[in-house]
Amino acid sequence: MSETAAIAVDDIRKSYGDLKAVDGVSFTVAEGEFFGILGPNGAGKTTTLEIIEGLREPDSGSVTLLGRSPWPRDVELLPRIGVQLQASAFFDKLTAREQLETFAALYGVTAARAGEVLELVGLTDKAETREDKLSGGQRQRLSIACALVHEPDVVFLDEPTAALDPQARRNLWDVLRAIQERGKTIVYTTHYLDEAEILCDRVAIMDRGRILAMDPPATLVRGLDAATHVILEKGALTEAEAREFAGVEEVHTDEVSLTISTRQPAPVLAALAERGRLDGLQVRTATLEDVFLDLTGREYRA
Amino acid sequence: MSRPSAFKSLAAAAVKGYVRDKATLFFTFFFPLMFLLVFGLIFQDTGTDKIKLGVVGDGPVISALEKTGTVEFERFDSMDAAVTKVRDGDLPGLVAQNGDKVTVRYAQSDQTRAAMVQGLVGGVVDKVNVQVTGQAPRFSVDSTNVEDQSLKGIQYITPGILSWAVAASAVFGAALTLVTWRKKQVLRRLRLAPINASTVLSARVAVTIGVAVVQAVIFVGLALLPIFGLKLSGTWYLSIPVFLLGTVAFFAIGMLVGAFAKTEDAAVGAANIVVLPMAFLSGTFFPIDNAPGWLKAVSNVFPLRHMNDGMLNFLVRGKGAEALLLPCGVLLGFTVVVGFIASRVFSWED
Repeated sequence: MSETAAIAVDDIRKSYGDLKAVDGVSFTVAEGEFFGILGPNGAGKTTTLEIIEGLREPDSGSVTLLGRSPWPRDVELLPRIGVQLQASAFFDKLTAREQLETFAALYGVTAARAGEVLELVGLTDKAETREDKLSGGQRQRLSIACALVHEPDVVFLDEPTAALDPQARRNLWDVLRAIQERGKTIVYTTHYLDEAEILCDRVAIMDRGRILAMDPPATLVRGLDAATHVILEKGALTEAEAREFAGVEEVHTDEVSLTISTRQPAPVLAALAERGRLDGLQVRTATLEDVFLDLTGREYRA
Repeated sequence: MSRPSAFKSLAAAAVKGYVRDKATLFFTFFFPLMFLLVFGLIFQDTGTDKIKLGVVGDGPVISALEKTGTVEFERFDSMDAAVTKVRDGDLPGLVAQNGDKVTVRYAQSDQTRAAMVQGLVGGVVDKVNVQVTGQAPRFSVDSTNVEDQSLKGIQYITPGILSWAVAASAVFGAALTLVTWRKKQVLRRLRLAPINASTVLSARVAVTIGVAVVQAVIFVGLALLPIFGLKLSGTWYLSIPVFLLGTVAFFAIGMLVGAFAKTEDAAVGAANIVVLPMAFLSGTFFPIDNAPGWLKAVSNVFPLRHMNDGMLNFLVRGKGAEALLLPCGVLLGFTVVVGFIASRVFSWED
């Protein structure tokens, strides 16, 4: 365990009746790291997060958060962590600014912080809008702002991009990156594997209460030794022609495209370039979804 | 830069949520006010129910009778016309004075009123006789009423409606706040902030008391208008402790409802089950004194009954400080016991 670990989780377990929600999870998160916990719904991500935040007591195992134990409730520790909750954890009928000012007061922070975090999450123009008049993406950003108003060192985000449209998701990614640039440690859960791949320094893939793999996304994908798919428009090349290329493992045609699978994409691409067949070409490498498939033998279903 | 305390900012947040919610405002202020106005107007005359008398002619007895202030005259020109009215049952009786002769006719069909008419006229005639003789009366009667218009409708209905309105908004307010805060994860958010549960609780209680005080000022202020004619007793200020303890007791009941209920709908239903029977059986809308004995006994278990009684005793009946003991004791007991149970049942999350 490194000295700069912001979070150290050691073999935590939590059962609800017969269901083992968290079944022996261990990991550490370094200071300033953007750590993702991935997995389908019901994988145990949220329960793991809640145990680390100190909202639930683990049946066994231990958690060290910024050098302290989050359970039982530790009032000294609370100002140093920020937890984003459901995008509904607001006071009735208050404007975005009033929400943040109220939370700021709970932490003894000046009301001016409200304006700063509103700007950070890009809600300055919605400052005087009541919570019930905000869109889904705006509420999500406000809930993140509420977690940041007191300048915590560690930020927990539980599915911040769930149920957002693609544009709102991308806007939020910018917010998350901005938070990381401020030197915060971020622990975040998502069931969007593509998103985790883009944002996270390191991810833990969870399924059925256990961590199946934990590494930087690129390492996980590379470790798969999965084929690269080169996809061409149908008719750009015959299957027979494609099979002649060096390193081609498999060729497959459907209604719209011809897919070449290879572990040596360079010679294949060179051969295609020689023939001037690069128009409309797509290259798809393995993703975390393939990693998940490989780890569980199941297709990933968010 | 201002740095308001957690208590102040939580109270401010609750107040803003309150005044920005039109439905809550309606049920807190206008709904009970409607009851106050309707009942206040309906009961306007019942308390001052004067006996109507047919009057023929004039004289010292008729004048003295009028001065008692307990009868209302309907004047007739002829004896026959007045007798017909009495016979028809439109009037309980008539008085005629012609010189020294005073005539009383009454309808025996209404025996109570007949007796009242005879007693009244007889008494007045005796008094006038004594005055005329110029002799000092040997016996004197000192009679003063003990209550100031205690029977008048508005006197009765104001403390009742006020207690009911305060009880309802305290129970509903506390229960709904708890349920929505739990459901929306505001409770969880507060738990993650470095503040004590007691800060959150006291801020919410302060808002409930503030709302109750505003209700009291509006309701009593309105009832004091000449059209309703509420007259406060000299010891009205003794109702303040009863009022505050009652408000807190009902807040505690609301917390208990909110601790059990999982959804807003369940909370509203449960709060209604708690408040409505209590409202009807505690003398809010009609005097419980006229109810059968067993009902009166049952009503004693309701905190609203004691709040009602306390408010009535001090606002209008002018009772002394010794009458504080029972209502304050009961309401304090409810607060402690119900509050304790609520704190046991309470959970931060579903």
